[in-house]
Amino acid sequence: MQAQVLQQPTKKMSMPAFSEQHVLHELKHYLPSQAPLKDFIHHNTLHAFQETKFYDAIFKASKIFGFQATLPLVDFRELYKIGRINEAILDRIIIEKKGAENSSLWKENLIYKNYDEHNEQRIGKLRAHWKSVHHINLDDLIQPFLFRILSSYLDQGIAICDFPIHEEGFLASMKEIEKNSFASFFKTERARHIFKQETTSISDLLKIIVGDERYFEQYLFDQQFSHSGWSGLVAVLEERPDTLLSPKKIELKDLVIFELILEIDHLENELGRNFAPLCSFISQEPYNLFDQVESTELQEVLKIWQDAFEWSYYDEILAGIQQNISIKSGNQYPKTEKSFQAFFCIDERECSIRSHIESYDKNAETFGCPGFFGVEFYFQAEHARFYDKLCPAPVTPKYLIKEYDVSEKRKHDIFYSNYTHQIASGFISALTFGFWAGYRLVKNLFQPKMSPAISNAFAHMNEQGKLTIHNKNINDRENGLQIGFTIEEMTNRVEGLLHGIGLLDNFASIIYVVAHGSSSANNPHHGAHDCGACSGRPGSVNSRVFSSMANDAEVRKLLKIRGIDIPVSTQFVGALHDTAADEIEYYDLAILNEINAKKHIHNKLTFENALDLNAKERSRRFASINTKAEIKKIRKAIKDRSVSLFEPRPELGHGTNTLCIVGNREMTRGVFLDRRAFLNSYDYKTDRDGKFLTGVMSPLGPVCGGISLEYYFSRVDNLKLGAGTKLPHNVVGLYGVTNSSDGDLRPGLPWQMVEVHDPLRLLVIVEHFPEIILKSIQSSPAMYEWFINEWVHLISLNPDTNEFTYFNEGQFKPYQTLAKKIHFYKDVHSLLENAKEMETNHIVHATQENLPVYLHN
Amino acid sequence: MEQLLQLFIFIPLAGFIASLFLKPTRERLISGVAYTSVAIQLSGIVLFITYWLLIGSPVLNLKHFVFFKEDNIEIYLDFYFDKTTAVFSLLGALVTFLVLIFSKYYLHRDSGFKRFFNTVLLFFFAFNITIFAGNFETLFLGWEVLGITSFLLIAFYRDRYLPVKNALKTISLYRLGDICLILAIWTSHHIWHENITFFKLDNSQLVASHISDHYQSVIFLLSMIVIAATIKSAQFPFSSWLPRAMEGPTTSSAVFYGSLAVHLGVFLLLRTFNYWESVLPIKIAIIAIGILTAVVATMIARVQSTVKTQIAYASVAQIGLMFIEVALGWHVLVLFHLSGNALLRTYQLLVSPSVLGYMIHEQIFKFVPKPIKSSGSFASKISNTIYLHSIKEWNMDTCLKKLLWDPFKFIGKSLQFISNKVGLVLFGIIFITGLLLFYMDDLIPKPIDEYLHITFAFLGMILILLSFVEKKSPLKAWVFIILSQLYVVLSVALLNDEYQFVEILLYVCGLGVAALLGILVLKRLHRLEHDLSLQDFYGHIYHHPKLSIWFLIACLAFVGLPFTPSFIGLDLMYSHIDHEEYVLVTFVTISFLVLELAVLRIYARVFLGPHVKQTHAVSFRST
Repeated sequence: MQAQVLQQPTKKMSMPAFSEQHVLHELKHYLPSQAPLKDFIHHNTLHAFQETKFYDAIFKASKIFGFQATLPLVDFRELYKIGRINEAILDRIIIEKKGAENSSLWKENLIYKNYDEHNEQRIGKLRAHWKSVHHINLDDLIQPFLFRILSSYLDQGIAICDFPIHEEGFLASMKEIEKNSFASFFKTERARHIFKQETTSISDLLKIIVGDERYFEQYLFDQQFSHSGWSGLVAVLEERPDTLLSPKKIELKDLVIFELILEIDHLENELGRNFAPLCSFISQEPYNLFDQVESTELQEVLKIWQDAFEWSYYDEILAGIQQNISIKSGNQYPKTEKSFQAFFCIDERECSIRSHIESYDKNAETFGCPGFFGVEFYFQAEHARFYDKLCPAPVTPKYLIKEYDVSEKRKHDIFYSNYTHQIASGFISALTFGFWAGYRLVKNLFQPKMSPAISNAFAHMNEQGKLTIHNKNINDRENGLQIGFTIEEMTNRVEGLLHGIGLLDNFASIIYVVAHGSSSANNPHHGAHDCGACSGRPGSVNSRVFSSMANDAEVRKLLKIRGIDIPVSTQFVGALHDTAADEIEYYDLAILNEINAKKHIHNKLTFENALDLNAKERSRRFASINTKAEIKKIRKAIKDRSVSLFEPRPELGHGTNTLCIVGNREMTRGVFLDRRAFLNSYDYKTDRDGKFLTGVMSPLGPVCGGISLEYYFSRVDNLKLGAGTKLPHNVVGLYGVTNSSDGDLRPGLPWQMVEVHDPLRLLVIVEHFPEIILKSIQSSPAMYEWFINEWVHLISLNPDTNEFTYFNEGQFKPYQTLAKKIHFYKDVHSLLENAKEMETNHIVHATQENLPVYLHN
Repeated sequence: MEQLLQLFIFIPLAGFIASLFLKPTRERLISGVAYTSVAIQLSGIVLFITYWLLIGSPVLNLKHFVFFKEDNIEIYLDFYFDKTTAVFSLLGALVTFLVLIFSKYYLHRDSGFKRFFNTVLLFFFAFNITIFAGNFETLFLGWEVLGITSFLLIAFYRDRYLPVKNALKTISLYRLGDICLILAIWTSHHIWHENITFFKLDNSQLVASHISDHYQSVIFLLSMIVIAATIKSAQFPFSSWLPRAMEGPTTSSAVFYGSLAVHLGVFLLLRTFNYWESVLPIKIAIIAIGILTAVVATMIARVQSTVKTQIAYASVAQIGLMFIEVALGWHVLVLFHLSGNALLRTYQLLVSPSVLGYMIHEQIFKFVPKPIKSSGSFASKISNTIYLHSIKEWNMDTCLKKLLWDPFKFIGKSLQFISNKVGLVLFGIIFITGLLLFYMDDLIPKPIDEYLHITFAFLGMILILLSFVEKKSPLKAWVFIILSQLYVVLSVALLNDEYQFVEILLYVCGLGVAALLGILVLKRLHRLEHDLSLQDFYGHIYHHPKLSIWFLIACLAFVGLPFTPSFIGLDLMYSHIDHEEYVLVTFVTISFLVLELAVLRIYARVFLGPHVKQTHAVSFRST
């Protein structure tokens, strides 16, 4: 979930002197930075531009690389026509940005004026001369071979034959093969000769191909961005080789050199010996790709539309929240004893189940906090040869939790075996498994069931297994990691979490710590559906570890000294919510005392009811499930969906995210948020001077903002910034997907994940005083960048006055809501059943599937 | 009983036609019509086969519909049923049914939802024609439509570059196979002097006597069939199209390239087995192709690092084995082998996205770093060499391009100097002269006549090659195609004094309408878009989907798809080329071979690929 907070290099490119180091650094900065899919972590797709303001950044990136930066103009106009963009909001924004005197002119422009929307990108222009002048399409000639070599070199276990040599790094291995075989990578003697030389530098090669040094940088950008997927992966692997299980050394420099030699090879082959370099036949002067981008009227128009699109929704939400608070401040509820409390991840997919729990049990209380529950460690499943990191991506844990005493055996699936791909065993397989495959297919079509081939969130950790949570002594270490936590370390973590969410007294007798994960079949992107705060994995181990810490008598003693007195009768229970199947598994129930065990049976029923309703709420967005059907049937259909091979949307992931609300649950309790809000519990009353607020807010940008922006960009340009439709995806080397056998890797999100998404920036609402919030976000430049550069919006809800102020240009300004009509609902069932389903996934239809803000009446 | 056979052609046809008229947003209805019609077919076939087995599984033959009849020529549909048809029809209906159910969910909300189901139903129709065919003509009909549906499904994601490029690559090889079949039919007409049915070929005495009478012609005919089968089943050296054809949704790849379409080569061999059983050279050739493919494809499969290409090559290797089995006469084994292989590969392709999760999980528990191999030894040198060649797919792709297509491009390019207005006028004048000569046939002395028709055929071929390499104007390329066809007609007509007016009219009618439609579409598009070119792919379908459909219809009519008069015309024309006319048949065949490619090339370049106007999201070229 974490954005790569890279050192921002100066974007000014020095034209005359070509520095290899510098250009490689620049390339790595701008290339997509998606790690292998098993470590899928959401991040701002345009992280490279984050040091500039949002709109400047997207239009600049759009001009340089040819992306679409916003929805097309025609879509905005349609959204306005159907009322999704509110006229009053639009008017207000036009006046704010262009002044009242120009407002009618701009409104006219926005709604009617024709603009030339063609976007001619800068990248690729220079290298295109090979085609326009010599009719040589280097990409067609080189890419299929280059991609095959790269994918084979990096392959993690699909191929039966390993790449022959790979210990020395990419280039060295290639040289070794070239030397030790009767075949060659190249067609021409010249390329072979150059390849053999030890000291060939990038500029030597560019001298042959391009000639004039002034063009080198641009040429390399053109070249590497003609396959940004592969280059991006190589750049990521250079920085983080540990993201591959089977280690492969590679550097971007290797790739560039190899590709340049391939270019020489093909050019020589096509044009003959000692061909003339590119510069000798072009008239165009070199230019800086990253030069200022001319601002246009169209951009102004799009900015206003995008703002109006965003605020039309935000305004409603803000009005709803305000109303909710004012209704509540009228009725003072007597403080009753809590029947139970439950911690959930802040994830917006947990937003709905929390409100359903609260509606079934009025005395239940829920909290939201990042789903690793403040405990960071590596996890090693029993017999596993690798560690899984279970905490947010930027954190590097010092602890290791090992699983032991697992009785269950792992199951296998013959259809993924390489035997079927060999000649003789393939023959036998066809005659035996072949017919079984037919049977399996029929079975999965009509009776889908969990199988070893499906990624199962509950299989991440064995529920019967034991964990090394307690550190025996400081010297109990493995590979530099401390096994388990000491009492002091445990106490710090439990204390930190409780402070963060503001739960310091009124403990219920059972506190559930519910992590989440997601099961899905046939889905290479399943990591994107797991918990982002656990590095794209289910958080079951974290919930168990945290509960065990909080239950520890020693820890409780220390906590008491520090002012948090948890009664002995209070017990923590770890659990995992499968957000695709809508199932919950509870851990270590044996520790419950007799009374709590009884209470748990009752609570479990509440959870089950809430899960039913949650399934129903989700079902309204799935065409294959009838939301009006009997609720248990819906629940079954939802569960089947998560194990169906034919279902490209096991769940909709973060598709609906738009909001992030930091504050007391009372502020949103009773508001129907349509699964659109990250809910982070925080109580300003326990943190008047904002000591903990900084800790709460610092991950919001990279985590929630990263998710929001990745969805934004994958939605507005699914072809270039997203992964396109999932349906033709081909899994490569176990680290990525491409579209076909010869295609580039496709980073970003597939269309099926983003089609329900309204491309809005995230709105962060914090319940605290503006000056405290400002102090918090300014405490670190990296955090401040998110807000000051408008990559996410920030609103403060003043707890004393209940007034909103909007953070803009470095200060909080008053915000008046315009929305007058607030919708009320009595019965959640009929609200869900009567909701509209999208006609097509065009934004104009898709957005109508979202429900407006409703208050429970 | 025989009469029931036509039912299995009509059901898929009815399903296909019904599906054309549904609204694109009615997903349930579209998929419902599709899988219901296939389900009806499936149950019909199950009942039919049960009954057929009960009555002792006789071989059935049904002469169905006569297209055209003349003194010495009769073109008719014919259906046939034996155990091979039984297995293929059952397998085809079962796999298609399952995959359609799968696709109903899988393709949900895809913008091409309707297009997908339409195309799969058309495919299913063509597949059934092919396997129920009782003579070469009927088989060819299905065979050719299969090629077109392949093209449409590979280029399903038509707004990207690679699918379109690979669709063209695949169709060009398929076309080669089609032409081989046409040549086989042509030879067959001259050997048998009739439209021979597979039923008759069962008569081994009759076949044997013919083989000894026309040994060379039979060798030629059978070679053509073997090439057609080799291409369709992606055997060596035509294997490289198969992995590249997997560009469409996973489900269509599964049904086409995992199971049904690739096994049709085996079907063709089974169907013609009686014909070549006793012809040793052909038998050896088939076994050799099988062995070579099994070995080479396995080597390639072993180094593939993407799931779908690995499955593709593994499947190709198994089909290689099936070729051997067919040649050795183990037909029951073949039928089991191919059914198992088809089901296995379909399943593996359908679950291929799961590989990532499953294998990573396996790896976490099982991974053992591979020991560093010693290098430098002779053995490692050999293994490195094999590895590198396998990665390059043993250069099959490059070699095919060099041998098959580059010569045509070279000739076309070297003649491009006449590809201008003067040249066009010149070609026009020559044509009119030719036409006059045709009317004054009696005045021309025989020897000159001989040379004339060859000259015209040659000019026709040159024209089509010129169109094939035209880079600038689509309209010009289109006009060259029209001219080329006129020349071919003229040439064949000149040769045959007995050529009747009706036949020419039939062919020219079909051509004329298609030609005109094409011109109209291109003119209109030119008016709307101003500059049209063939330099690259321009994706105009984005703004002009309707024009694109009209142009596609024009193209298909031109190629001589069964629903057009030009189809019969084409067949008739071949029957009028005498079997001694090698030079003429070469020119005409090359014309027909390049014709489809030239036509689809225009369609693809103008309408498909990433849209040239970047006013909306447009994909990268490398995807």
